[in-house]
Amino acid sequence: MSAARGLGWAAALALAALLLSPVLSLMATAVDGTGELWPHLAAYVLPQAIRDTALVLGGVGLLVIGLGTGTAWLVSAFEFPGRRWLDAALLLPLAVPTYVVAYAYLDLMHPLGPIQSGLRAMLGLASPRDLVLPDLRSLPGCILLLGFVLYPYVYLPTRALFLMRAGSLLEAARMLGAGPGRTFLRVALPLARPAVALGTGLALMEALNDVGAAEFLGVRTLTVQVYATWVNRSDLPGAAQIALVMLTGVLLLVGLERLARGGRGFAGSGQRERMSARRRLRGGRAIAALMLGGLPVLAGFLLPAGHLVVSAWQRIRGAGLPDTLLAEAGNTVLYASAATLLTVVAGLLIAAAPGLLGRRSGAAMIRIAALGYAMPGTVLAVGLLTPLALLDSGMAALTGSPLALVGLGTGGALVLGYGMRFLTVSVGATEAGLARIPRTIPDAARVLGRGPIATLLTVQMPLAWPALLSGALLAFVDIAKELPLTLLLRPLNVETLSTHLYGEAARGTYEDGAAAALLIVGIGLLPVILLLRLDRDAVFRRG
Amino acid sequence: MAVEAVSRRYGRAVALNGISLTLDAGEILAVLGDSGCGKSTLLRLIAGLDEPDAGEIRIDGHPVAGRGRSVPPEARGVGLMFQDYALFPHLTVLANVRFGLRRLDRAEGRRVALERLAEVGLADKAECYPGTLSGGEAQRVALARALAPRPRVLLLDEPFSNLDAGTRDRVRADTVLVLRQAGASAILVTHDAAEAVEVADRIALMRRGRLLQCGTAETLYRSPESPAAARALGAIVEISGHAVGGGIETPLGSLPRPSRIGEGAVRVCLRPEAIRIGPVGEGRPSRVLRRTFAGSNLRLELAVEGLDRSLLVTLPADAEPTDIVGISLVADRTLVFGDRARADDA
Repeated sequence: MSAARGLGWAAALALAALLLSPVLSLMATAVDGTGELWPHLAAYVLPQAIRDTALVLGGVGLLVIGLGTGTAWLVSAFEFPGRRWLDAALLLPLAVPTYVVAYAYLDLMHPLGPIQSGLRAMLGLASPRDLVLPDLRSLPGCILLLGFVLYPYVYLPTRALFLMRAGSLLEAARMLGAGPGRTFLRVALPLARPAVALGTGLALMEALNDVGAAEFLGVRTLTVQVYATWVNRSDLPGAAQIALVMLTGVLLLVGLERLARGGRGFAGSGQRERMSARRRLRGGRAIAALMLGGLPVLAGFLLPAGHLVVSAWQRIRGAGLPDTLLAEAGNTVLYASAATLLTVVAGLLIAAAPGLLGRRSGAAMIRIAALGYAMPGTVLAVGLLTPLALLDSGMAALTGSPLALVGLGTGGALVLGYGMRFLTVSVGATEAGLARIPRTIPDAARVLGRGPIATLLTVQMPLAWPALLSGALLAFVDIAKELPLTLLLRPLNVETLSTHLYGEAARGTYEDGAAAALLIVGIGLLPVILLLRLDRDAVFRRG
Repeated sequence: MAVEAVSRRYGRAVALNGISLTLDAGEILAVLGDSGCGKSTLLRLIAGLDEPDAGEIRIDGHPVAGRGRSVPPEARGVGLMFQDYALFPHLTVLANVRFGLRRLDRAEGRRVALERLAEVGLADKAECYPGTLSGGEAQRVALARALAPRPRVLLLDEPFSNLDAGTRDRVRADTVLVLRQAGASAILVTHDAAEAVEVADRIALMRRGRLLQCGTAETLYRSPESPAAARALGAIVEISGHAVGGGIETPLGSLPRPSRIGEGAVRVCLRPEAIRIGPVGEGRPSRVLRRTFAGSNLRLELAVEGLDRSLLVTLPADAEPTDIVGISLVADRTLVFGDRARADDA
């Protein structure tokens, strides 16, 4: 027992050290270069980057709260033709990564693109100069784009909360004479605060992590600056310093989210859905509701995805499939699969840690595992450089050969980075799956003679496999879509779908990337389908 | 098996406070107490699912917990039957029973498991999944599964509480039969006094993490060491009295003073047989406030002079008491406690 436990502890400490190493190395690197670079950064780069980032986060925050709670209320409180369709469709923008949406819109809104050409044709104008629309490549444009893609993060938990908890309370408000508007503002919204805070926090993390959309649209946020400082100026300490500033921002964001939740937890699942009868809308009001609710779906999914379908089709019909596409898709699947395997195995061990190491240390492990997700991809990449180099030289010293498995610029480094960043996705899913098993079940296996690992393998895993599977799927999709980490850690000459898209956008050759973008959207649709299926199961259980 | 001065606390809450118990070979011991008294914690400590903060647990003379030693549950040779049965839902009934028989080879394990299932009358359910079983069947599978590896001690956590009243008595009798046939030493945790009396050789009374008293049902019934122990096995009526010289004065009459009781305030606990109801003139006159027909007996609520609340007593159903009855005490059936017991009780 004590030997096994000792081994478990050693593994846990090693894992914790690995997970914490990026933060520590960031600090070391940043302090290292303070002398010469800091004044320049502090004077010219940071003020503007911090201001732009704050504006983007503030604007996106307001937009996702408005869109998310508004649509959640619309489909929870009212009944109208098409409501069930809208209910599901509102999740679709989750499938489109921010950089893909930006990529599609840049082409769509181009002066010679379909929207502007169409408008000109309608108005009978000949030259692009006669119709000047506000340029999408601006801060407000960036906010609009991110908001319309990220609002489902708020929509999903808020809608769940309305459906689960609100029923009798909303009915009570109605019985006490409050109309729908007053009920929304005085009862539903305060009730939904924890869910709104949670969702907004996630959406803003995504916004902070985004490097593609901001850069395509010419907004120089902190993420973009970390990337530019490192890649274009080869200034690692400078990148580390900006990254540290970003990390501070993340901490601030997490603190704000906790504060907004007001210490209240958000019970996300397991409760029965029970909504009071929806208010039925007819005629013009029903059409208005459908159009209002359909707008985010149109802007966040149908327009960009439809455009990608059309341009991919044109490209394929004209010149065939790009010959690199298959190799890039293969790379994407290869690295994402390897990293998914890593996150699932590590996630299983970490989620089981409370049972293996004791409750308190296990809980600490789970919190440390969440660290990677809190770090934007660029920050994590910069933070990983030194530990990877150390690992490299350590291995070289050990084996006498410089050829290391996880050294810088190898596939191993990329897989490790992915694994660390998305570990919490599989930990969360696995933890939820294990928690649904009554505690007496693993206890029974122990008393009947199985050790903790055997219990995990023969009893807990077979019972929790749907959760493990959905955790693996979510992690796989997140990894396949990931851009900044891939850009910074990929081996030389290796292109994935996301980096290919980034390259085409940087070159301005949009139509060549459409097929890759479409593939990414297709992969992104997988968890949306999963979410919808889970939802439908809940509906069946209720009946 | 022996538990010695074992304590367990969770944060500030003390779940177990210096518990000591022994269990002889082939003996069935019931641990009786209200929910939250620490009896389930005690089982988890013995099973090895939790570790004591202080004290020691020995099985067959070998220490398994305490003094920095902790034998994991899988190596203790202890069986545990859970309150919710904890049958593995992804395994068949047979595979559940075989789960603890890993040391036997396939054919032998199957044979033993089927034998255990036959003992509880469920051989025909071997290929079913637990989800398809009734509550009583699930209980019997859990029993067969726990007994299959021939544990040195079998622990049963409220094994009958999830059954409805109709099947409970039958399943309980069957379970005791199976345990006796297997010759297993067992500790059964329950909050039901009648169950403890019926099933166990000895009963350990627990309250708020402490052991009140341990002994046979008869000992606990006839000579409880505290009012709390007296209350544990059946309803009692408590009245206060005053010990002076060789006697004790109570509102229901006087009693001789036992030598262990000092002078001063005392507490007198009365089981039904300690109260005699007779015609007016025998003992203290009491007015009947209310009579309730309860099938086999008759319940009376009496107002007794000098007693600040009414007294509930039970009579045979065919009794026909008058509106005023005489009430007196049967001295050798009363339980007298010194006033110090009141402090222990709080």
